[in-house]
Amino acid sequence: MSADNFIKITVIDRDGKEHLLDAPTDMNLNIMELCKSHNLPVDGTCGGMAMCASCQVYIETDHVSLEKSNDEQAMLDEAWHVQDNSRLGCQIPITSKLNGLKLKIAPEVVEDNEW
Amino acid sequence: MYKHSKHMIKTDIIIIGAGPVGLFTVFEAGLLKLKCHLIDALPIPGGQCAEIYPKKPIYDIPGYPEVLAGNLVDNLMNQIKPFNPGFTLGETALNVEKSANNQFIVTTKEGTQHQAPVVAIAGGLGVFIPRKPPIQNISSFENKGVNYIVKDPDLFKDKRIVISGGGDSALDWALYFANGFCSDVTLIHRSQQFRAHPDSVQRAMDMAKNGKLKMVLDSEVIGLEGNAHLEQITIKTKGAENSTITTDYWLPLFGLTPKLGPIANWGLEIEKNAIVVDNSTDYSTNIDGIYAIGDVNTYPGKLKLILCGFHEGTIMVQSAFKRIYPNKNHVLKYTTVTGIVGFDNK
Repeated sequence: MSADNFIKITVIDRDGKEHLLDAPTDMNLNIMELCKSHNLPVDGTCGGMAMCASCQVYIETDHVSLEKSNDEQAMLDEAWHVQDNSRLGCQIPITSKLNGLKLKIAPEVVEDNEW
Repeated sequence: MYKHSKHMIKTDIIIIGAGPVGLFTVFEAGLLKLKCHLIDALPIPGGQCAEIYPKKPIYDIPGYPEVLAGNLVDNLMNQIKPFNPGFTLGETALNVEKSANNQFIVTTKEGTQHQAPVVAIAGGLGVFIPRKPPIQNISSFENKGVNYIVKDPDLFKDKRIVISGGGDSALDWALYFANGFCSDVTLIHRSQQFRAHPDSVQRAMDMAKNGKLKMVLDSEVIGLEGNAHLEQITIKTKGAENSTITTDYWLPLFGLTPKLGPIANWGLEIEKNAIVVDNSTDYSTNIDGIYAIGDVNTYPGKLKLILCGFHEGTIMVQSAFKRIYPNKNHVLKYTTVTGIVGFDNK
């Protein structure tokens, strides 16, 4: 992996702190995986199948198209804290076009642990 | 194969979680003549593979270039058939205690009791519970007008109900209730598109056109009002003023989410929502006789993969055998040599 294969992505955590990350473009990673690899608080419970919305992020720059697949849109239609700029991190592959991207992690949904 | 009993169920290994790892562990235990009984909160075996993504292909099961998750579960069920496992399905393992004769007693929330010298927790991500909308006072209306699952449809007979959601569960129940069962049925969905089966969506659209079902799209419920029981909900609609609907029941049907559940309170060492195990030996936990395998455990280098869970279950049952039969010597046998000798000649 050469330095050419890294881009810069800024992730704002739930405390408002900005994290400037070096994101590899040649590892087949997505935004959810990038966040997890830096121990940022993204669950990715379903593993990246657009089936849980625990990796919801708000896109703060215009690097990423807000067009979504039907699966992603359907999941967002049933998620909480959804805004117009919401995306599922697991559905955004990291490519060189995302250099300079800034995004914010959506609030955590605290489900009470009843059973 | 699906046996329910309110009597004490006795077996060699109680497996908590009937996902792929729990199921395959039955096979490996069976080769050692150990009988298993599985407990799962879901009403069907297969765990996430069956409940969450049965139609998704998996590509990293050795020997299968591609297999649908649901088919993998079917194959595992066939594979363990000779070993005739017991199942307690649709029940959540609530607590574990040790009896005087060194046996574990696992009791479900529903009261079913199981006894075995060994417990293997193969709980995956945990118990699947309904996703609850983040409305501040929602808990005060639970079972007082707000129901996350439909256990007994008769509860809603001739009542006014509002259903939220865009998936199969929401659509299927809306269709069922709007067919003369309830006095008034409203379906609220955040979008114009539905995730549910297209046929169900078309039928719902037709019913809405015929006035049998009220459909409120681009909308979500944001408030609940009532005294002892739900009386009214507030709806936010894109580009419109908030509105209210008077109703007897609101059913938010937004699918399921996993929680570690009651096993979090069993005294097991937990790290980041997973059970710490000794991966250098046998995936044992800090409680002697209780093991944890598959996605529910953690150790240095842990990979949450089905194939790793298969390995962990295989290693674990060898340790369980030594625990159950300390005086028996065991030699690893190969299925190609011995074939499969099941229980009860099955």
